[in-house]
Amino acid sequence: MDLGSINPVLLVASIMVSATPILLAAIGEMVVEKAGVLNLGVEGMMITGAVVGFAVAVTSGNPYFGFLAAAAASAVLSLSFGVLTQFLLSNQVATGLGLTLVGLGLSSLIGKPYEGMKAPPISKVHIPGLSDMPVFGKMLFSHDVMIYVSLLLVVAVWAFLKYTRAGLILRAVGESHDSAHALGYKVVTVRLMAIFFGGACAGLGGAYLSLVRVPQWTEGMTAGAGWIALAIVVFASWRAGRVLIGAYLFGGVTVLQLNLQAAGANVPVALLSASPYLITIIVLVFISARGAHGAPGSLGRSFHASH
Amino acid sequence: MSDILLGIQGLTKAYPGVVANDDVSFDIQKGEIHALLGENGAGKSTLVKMIYGLVAPDKGAMTLDGQSFSPSKPSEARQNGVAMVFQHFSLFDALNVAENVALGMENPPPMRDLARRIREVSELYGLPLDPSRTVGTLSAGERQRVEIIRCLLQNPRLLIMDEPTSVLTPQEVEILFETLMQLKSEGTSILYISHKLEEIRAICDHATILRLGKKVGESTPSEASAKELAELMVGNSFAAPVARDVEKGAVLLEAKSLSLPAPGAFGTPLREVSFAVRAGEVLGIGGVAGNGQDELLAALSGERTSDGGTVLLKGNDISSDGPVARRDMGLLSAPEERLGHAAAPDMSLTENGVLTASRRESLVKNGLIDWRKAQGFTEAVIERFDVRTPGPDTAARALSGGNLQKYVVGREIHQNPEVLIVNQPTWGVDAAAAAAIRQALLDLAAKGAAIVVISQDLDELMEISDRFAALNEGRLSPAHPVADLNMEKIGLMMGGAHDMEVAHVHG
Repeated sequence: MDLGSINPVLLVASIMVSATPILLAAIGEMVVEKAGVLNLGVEGMMITGAVVGFAVAVTSGNPYFGFLAAAAASAVLSLSFGVLTQFLLSNQVATGLGLTLVGLGLSSLIGKPYEGMKAPPISKVHIPGLSDMPVFGKMLFSHDVMIYVSLLLVVAVWAFLKYTRAGLILRAVGESHDSAHALGYKVVTVRLMAIFFGGACAGLGGAYLSLVRVPQWTEGMTAGAGWIALAIVVFASWRAGRVLIGAYLFGGVTVLQLNLQAAGANVPVALLSASPYLITIIVLVFISARGAHGAPGSLGRSFHASH
Repeated sequence: MSDILLGIQGLTKAYPGVVANDDVSFDIQKGEIHALLGENGAGKSTLVKMIYGLVAPDKGAMTLDGQSFSPSKPSEARQNGVAMVFQHFSLFDALNVAENVALGMENPPPMRDLARRIREVSELYGLPLDPSRTVGTLSAGERQRVEIIRCLLQNPRLLIMDEPTSVLTPQEVEILFETLMQLKSEGTSILYISHKLEEIRAICDHATILRLGKKVGESTPSEASAKELAELMVGNSFAAPVARDVEKGAVLLEAKSLSLPAPGAFGTPLREVSFAVRAGEVLGIGGVAGNGQDELLAALSGERTSDGGTVLLKGNDISSDGPVARRDMGLLSAPEERLGHAAAPDMSLTENGVLTASRRESLVKNGLIDWRKAQGFTEAVIERFDVRTPGPDTAARALSGGNLQKYVVGREIHQNPEVLIVNQPTWGVDAAAAAAIRQALLDLAAKGAAIVVISQDLDELMEISDRFAALNEGRLSPAHPVADLNMEKIGLMMGGAHDMEVAHVHG
């Protein structure tokens, strides 16, 4: 095999592109779970975001309209999950699985006319100074704006949960909804807002797939990315920094194994294809085995103010 | 200008099928400690929830310091100077003390200032507390301090305390009372809810007694006896357990240097626990919550197995046997947590009965459940322990806490065990029902069973135990005959003495 054919600059750059959809979806889902809600519909919301984002971007010619529309569409879709689980107290697991099925079906319906089309290109950000640096400039500082948005989002979520009062209330609601209610906090409102945010993030992640990473629309194109995002949240022990590590690890191994396949590595292709899933899970299991797991105390439990 | 802080006139609140409060009126004076007395289901909680803005009354009015007062949510009550310490602490285990306090405040200062103020106030009132500790690692007494300090930081005019001493050591109770007296001297009014009549007699200036949602009396507790108060509350006199003199038989249950690691991040390890209980004997195990009570019950019931030779039943090593094998041998247990541990909340009482009694009462034949027999067993328990429920098909969740407690403890007693281990057998049960449960335990002992009662209610332990031992951080003190003990010795056995200091404000 010929490892020389792998260009490290391009490798790192494509790892970032590969990791971003999962990172966006996972950071949103982390906020949802921190509020005590388990939304298994990430996959459905991602693919809805992918198709709506693609359709709007193609129609308007502007990829940023696509991202906005994707976030809005997935957030609205997630609200259906919110209404069902928060007001009608339906089972969160079943409703989340239903949301995934709805999203997959809806997206192939909407996406039919757009198959085979090409997404409008998204421009790279040029940061004076940084982007002109040798090696690193091209590796880290010559990407589209959404990659930086996703990284800023991780920092923002971390700071929000750690330092703000609203973040404290959100964690409290996820930790013990009965106690939060007794103190007079609006459990259902907080959870709906978290679900809405999680939906918007998943939508952005999906749109990044169809507008940047691939970039075209094919049916079922998320191919399990939503489930990986869910797993990353759990194994990252609900911490923003670890979600970032997990997403980049998964993205990294995905790109690396593609490069290895292309370079003709003497490893069965099936094993290489499975490696991102295996390695991500193994590494995160080791991370989470070390410390406290920190699952929010009320995760997945329905709240009703009658008690 | 009157001295009435909170006036309550004709408060009424009905829920479907039950009137929780019916035309209740009373006044709380400024700077008084006012007791609210009543059995389970007498409507105390509903009344307090209306004052705190969690529930809106159907009828009636309240005045606070002469102004009309009708809080629509707790934050409004807090803004008006009404603060509340809940019975089931409204705390968040995974958050630290300062974060928990911040959640209970309207406009909390930045975290660093808040931590400093928590230290100041906690020292001022003799309630030492570290703002950066995670609440999940605190003892019940320390958790209550978090609640109290959360209230005190907002300079309340009225402090509501719901069953505050149920989880405290005698020394901690003393500290709490000093704090309450100090608050009273500063002009704060306190609404004090408790089952413990002696406490109410000790510190309350005035008492309002509720029964079945109605106010049935008023009293000056220091001038009434505990028995008089209890009769007002219950409506008829109840029997205290009869002392008995039973010949003690052979050792039935023995623990020898029983050690187990902590089951989870917030658990307590058991350290070299040793004791022996004879037939006909009741061993009382006291201690502040979170010192290994749940872990000890799990190790004795068989939920967690231990090293060989550490748990012996009638001389046989049962350390590696699970709960079913131990039940077959005559060792039964009733854990503390009613919903989720002692009973499956959404299953009926009959189904819950089958879960523990199927083998001893042979409720299962050829692998099929004999529902008629199971129902008979359940009805017998309901009848014998006066469980108030529409019937055996009612879901466990639908029973009030006290009634479910009667059922889960009664279910084990009714199976005539040779050894019975119970944790908090009368927690949240009203005085009359608690007396009935204790009497049933004593009757069982009189028939030759060995009984281990783990409880945080020291009065209860003193009443029914032959010998007493205390758990502290997973260690069990040697057991002493109850006749040789006084409250002070017990407090020292419980080991809560090291971080205690009496309130020392104003010099």
